[in-house]
Amino acid sequence: MIELQHLSKSFAGAKQQPVSALNDLSLQVPEGVLYGILGPNGSGKTTCLRILCTLLAPDSGTVTVSGIDAISQPRQVRRLLGYVAQDVAIDKILTGRELLEFQSDLYHLPGNLRVKKISELIDLLDMGEWIDRRCGTYSGGMRRRIDLAAGLLHSPQLLVLDEPTVGLDIESRAVVWQVLRQLRDKGVTIVLSSHYLEEIDALSDQLAIFDSGSVIAQGTPSELKQELGGERVTLKVREFSDNKESARLREMLLACPGVRDVVINQSQGYSLNLLVDNQDISETVRNHLSQQNIPVFSLTQSRPSLDDVYLQATGRTLLDAELAVAGLRDPKAERKQSM
Amino acid sequence: MTITSASVQSESFGTGGQRPLPKVSAASEIFQETFALTRRLFLQLIRCPSTLLAGVLQPLIWLILFGALFANAPEGLLPGGGSYGRFLGAGVIVFTAFSAALNAGLPIMFDREFGFLNRLLVAPLRSRASIVLASVIYITLLSLIQSVAIIIVAGFLGYGWPSVSGILIVFLVLSLLIFAVTALSLSLAFSLPGHIELIAVIFVSNLPLLFTSTALAPLSFMPTWLSWLASINPLTFAIEPIRASYSNDFRFTDTVLNAPYGSLNSFSCIAVLASIALFLFIAIRPLLDRRLN
Repeated sequence: MIELQHLSKSFAGAKQQPVSALNDLSLQVPEGVLYGILGPNGSGKTTCLRILCTLLAPDSGTVTVSGIDAISQPRQVRRLLGYVAQDVAIDKILTGRELLEFQSDLYHLPGNLRVKKISELIDLLDMGEWIDRRCGTYSGGMRRRIDLAAGLLHSPQLLVLDEPTVGLDIESRAVVWQVLRQLRDKGVTIVLSSHYLEEIDALSDQLAIFDSGSVIAQGTPSELKQELGGERVTLKVREFSDNKESARLREMLLACPGVRDVVINQSQGYSLNLLVDNQDISETVRNHLSQQNIPVFSLTQSRPSLDDVYLQATGRTLLDAELAVAGLRDPKAERKQSM
Repeated sequence: MTITSASVQSESFGTGGQRPLPKVSAASEIFQETFALTRRLFLQLIRCPSTLLAGVLQPLIWLILFGALFANAPEGLLPGGGSYGRFLGAGVIVFTAFSAALNAGLPIMFDREFGFLNRLLVAPLRSRASIVLASVIYITLLSLIQSVAIIIVAGFLGYGWPSVSGILIVFLVLSLLIFAVTALSLSLAFSLPGHIELIAVIFVSNLPLLFTSTALAPLSFMPTWLSWLASINPLTFAIEPIRASYSNDFRFTDTVLNAPYGSLNSFSCIAVLASIALFLFIAIRPLLDRRLN
């Protein structure tokens, strides 16, 4: 369905120095799957989706959607796709219904189909109560739903959503998730980006993990987790430990039979993430610590998560990556790029 | 608010790509998208009528207050005689249309800033020129409405009425001016970084262009340097034919402007305006193509 080959894109950053957003990125999305793109903020997710939606031209590389070259035939590709952007752009003066009518005219829907589609979408996204109120009065959840409806008006084969549930209340998020699953079951290919692990884990059939403008892992969530193997144990000897103590404990735990690796997680109060061989290891670790008179504040065992996949590939957790870029982003420059 | 129990049952979902697209002509698609875009601009205007209100009030204030400033000026001071209010009318009409057209880029700039433009750009518009076309239609209609309001008020103030053919000339001249200035404003909207810069440009260019035209005073009142500026100011080429169209025996070939470089009649003024409009639309094409394709 979608083939992105060797995409590169850079933007002018501070002092006109080019900042690379995508770095030789390649991605294949099969037809009819719900495809998740997971990555911290600033990893190139939005740039990639904007290129896919023909809003942005890559510096190099190719984009093909259903066999159509998106760079030379953007209009054909636009007919096939619905795009729900990260920043919800709606006209505050129009009512929800007027916005949908406006959008359906941009997609050249004939009058009778337009009325039918709009009323279907109002039911589907449960918008009946407020669809005739002005968009300016909508909450974040309502805005996101009207935006999703606008992206679905022309029954696209491909739906692209950029961080569709950021800042949503739980109910709106549940509605969005449910609708996305139903669409996927009907054969619509869906590509969505998120920096929420749980969202990608729960929703996507396949996913790619982005880091610094490249794909660092691709597959189904269970494949990726299985590839890592083993069980995870998170250990804290006190609520907030320090680097010195954790380093000492790390050495000690590495000597414990059945412990394959130990990573110190600085962002979680220097807790220790143990990669272990078998499920009965918790007791062994607990005994090992009590022999040394070391208290245990908490000890939890879990299957590997997508965060572990990210940790394994990049050496840091998603949260760390988020924090690392939090101060570096330039919202003004990013807004300019999207204009 | 409950989670919807409705499910995606319609045949049109999910099989979208297999649904054959109805065969529609390019013209009807362009009409549909342009109509929707223009309708949106008018809905905005009707629901936030302050723009329209200010747009009509401001020129009326000019006409009433500025006109009154010279109410007792000696008879025959102005070339061709007549009151100052009558002289000023044409200037105010042109200045109103000019200001409105200069603001044409603002809605587009706000759409860029709020990300609404992306909604238009990701849609399979038959031609993205529809976005520009909608702005031109909107501004032209809006300024013509404002101009009619001024013509009517000026008439009641005793500043005279144009003939029927005069009104047609007013509309022709204003349309040309609006096209030219709208083209300029749209190109600014696509090239400047934000609305603050756009408003600054509008603010800075508005009054100087008014003062260096023949809107408020005839060329014969001006020092040579200013009369040179006024004789190359596009506003002057719009003002003079409109001023002439208020006279009962209007002829295209009558001299309306004794510029330092030679005399111009209404026909040549209109021809200059048309050339400027055409030139600007051709000149901004590459910019619009780059921004919109």
